[in-house]
Amino acid sequence: MTGPDDPATRLGWAGRMTAFRGIVWREALRFARQRERFLAALVRPLVWLFIFAAGFRAVLGLSIQPPYQTYVLYEVYVTPGLCAMILLFQGMQSSLSMVYDRETGAMRTLLVSPFPRWFLLGAKLIAGTAVGVLQCYAFLAVAWFWDVRPPLGGYLAAFPALVAAGLMLGAIGLFLSSAIRQLENFAGVMNFVIFPMFFASSALYPLWRMKESSLLLWQICSINPFTYAVELIRFALYMRIDWFSAGVVTGVAAAFLGAAIIAYDPSKGLIARRGGPGR
Amino acid sequence: MSAPPALAVENVTHAFGKVTALDQVSLDVPRGSFTALLGVNGAGKTTLFSLITRLYDNVTGSIRVAGHDVRRAPGPALARIGVVFQSRALDPGLTLRQNMAYHAALHGIGRAEARERGDALLARVGLIERADTPVAALSGGQVRRVEVARALLHGPQLLLLDEPTVGLDVAARRDVVRLVRALVAEDGVAVLWATHLFDEIEATDRLVVLHLGKVLARGTAAEFSGGAALADAFVAMTGTAPEAAA
Repeated sequence: MTGPDDPATRLGWAGRMTAFRGIVWREALRFARQRERFLAALVRPLVWLFIFAAGFRAVLGLSIQPPYQTYVLYEVYVTPGLCAMILLFQGMQSSLSMVYDRETGAMRTLLVSPFPRWFLLGAKLIAGTAVGVLQCYAFLAVAWFWDVRPPLGGYLAAFPALVAAGLMLGAIGLFLSSAIRQLENFAGVMNFVIFPMFFASSALYPLWRMKESSLLLWQICSINPFTYAVELIRFALYMRIDWFSAGVVTGVAAAFLGAAIIAYDPSKGLIARRGGPGR
Repeated sequence: MSAPPALAVENVTHAFGKVTALDQVSLDVPRGSFTALLGVNGAGKTTLFSLITRLYDNVTGSIRVAGHDVRRAPGPALARIGVVFQSRALDPGLTLRQNMAYHAALHGIGRAEARERGDALLARVGLIERADTPVAALSGGQVRRVEVARALLHGPQLLLLDEPTVGLDVAARRDVVRLVRALVAEDGVAVLWATHLFDEIEATDRLVVLHLGKVLARGTAAEFSGGAALADAFVAMTGTAPEAAA
C-alpha cells in the first residue's frame, strides 16, 4: 500500500508540528490516565507544606533576605523549592517512562520516526515539562489557600522560570534514561539523584544557614544545579529575575539535552555501544 | 525498470564489542516481493533490522531503502519503511485509534487524514469494530494485526517484520501470514519477513538464509531446498537443528 503522496512532503515543518503535537498529546493522555500519579504529584509537596513546614516554622528562624522584603513564614520560603521538587519528580518520571518504553519496545516507535532524533527528544522533553508546569500551578493554587500568596504578577513571572527549571530537570532525566539499561537500576538513580539533589540545595533552608553549619555542605549546595532552579523560581514568584540562576539553569539544560541527544544518536552514543534500545 | 529495489543491503558488518553480529551481509528485497529472512535465534536478524531502521548505525557497508541511504538520508529512508518489531510496541493503555493517531503524528500525518487511513487499515485487518478498545484488551494475534496496520499507516514501500508470529496460536499465525501475503499480492508492498519457522515460507518465496551473522544462501525457497524439505536443507547447510514450529 504505497501512499498516495510522496512522504517527502510530510517531512517539512508542518509535519514536524504534527509530530510535536502527537508527542505532547500522548504525554498528556498518559498523565490523564494515571490519576493516582497526578494525586501523588500533588500530595507529595502538600505534605511537605502542611506538615514539614509547619513543624519547621518554629525551629527555623529566617532573616530577611532577597527576594523577600520582610520576614516570611517558613511555608512561604519552602514553596518555590517544592515547585522545583514537583519538576524534579516529573523530570525523573518522564525519563522513567523512556526506560519503560525502551523495555516494552514503544521507544522504537518513537525512534523510527523519520524526523531527526534531536527533534523527537526535544519534543518529548517539552511535553514532559508542560505536564510538570501544570502540576506546579495546581500546587500553587492549593498553597494560596494555605496563605502562601506571592503577588499575582508573580504567578505569571514564574511561568518562564518553571519552564526553564522543568527543561533542565527533564534534560537531566533524559540523559540518565539513555545511560540506564533497566528499570530496576532506575530505583537507585532515584535515591542517588532525587534525594541528594533536593536536600543539598536551597529548597529547604537558605544557603547562608547551611554555611554556618557546614562549609562543605554549603559548597555542595552551591554547585548543585537544583539550587539555581529553586532560586530562579523563588525570585520569579516575587517578580524578580535572578540572572545568575537563569544562566546556570539554561546552561545545564542545554548541556544535558546535548548529552542526551548524543547518547541517543545511533552513530555516537551509548545506545550504539550498549547494544541498542531494548536489547 | 531502473527503479532501485525496496531494500538494498551491501556488505554490512556490525559488531558489539568483540562479537561480530553481522559479517559482510548483502541482500536485496525487490519492489513488491515477499522475501523471507530465515535464521535461528541469534543469527543476527534483529541486529539487521535495527540497522535498517537506524536504531543502530551501520558503520560499514551501505543500506538503501528505495534508493535512499539510511545514513545519509535517514528521514526519507525511514519515511518509506513500516516496521513490526519482535517486541510489542503498541501503547497498551491507549485505544487502537489513539495508537494509530500517535504513529501517524510521528510520521507527520495530520489528524483527519490519520483517522481516515487508520480506520481503513483497521477495517482491512478486521478490527475496525474494536477501534475504541484499549490495546490491552486484545489477544496476541489481534495486537499483531494492529501492528501490521499501524506499520502501513504512512504508506511505506518496504514492510519489515521481525518474527511477527512468535507467541501466536496456529489460527492467529495463519491470519497474520495471510494478511501480509495479501499486502504483497494486492498492494505491491515489499516485505522482508524474518523467521525461524520453516512452514511460513512457500516454495516460490525469495529466501535469504542468515546464520551466525553470515548470509549462507540466496534464491527462491525451492532452489534452496532442491526438492527436499526446507528444514532438512537448512540443517544440512548449517548443522543446526531448527526450532520446532509452533
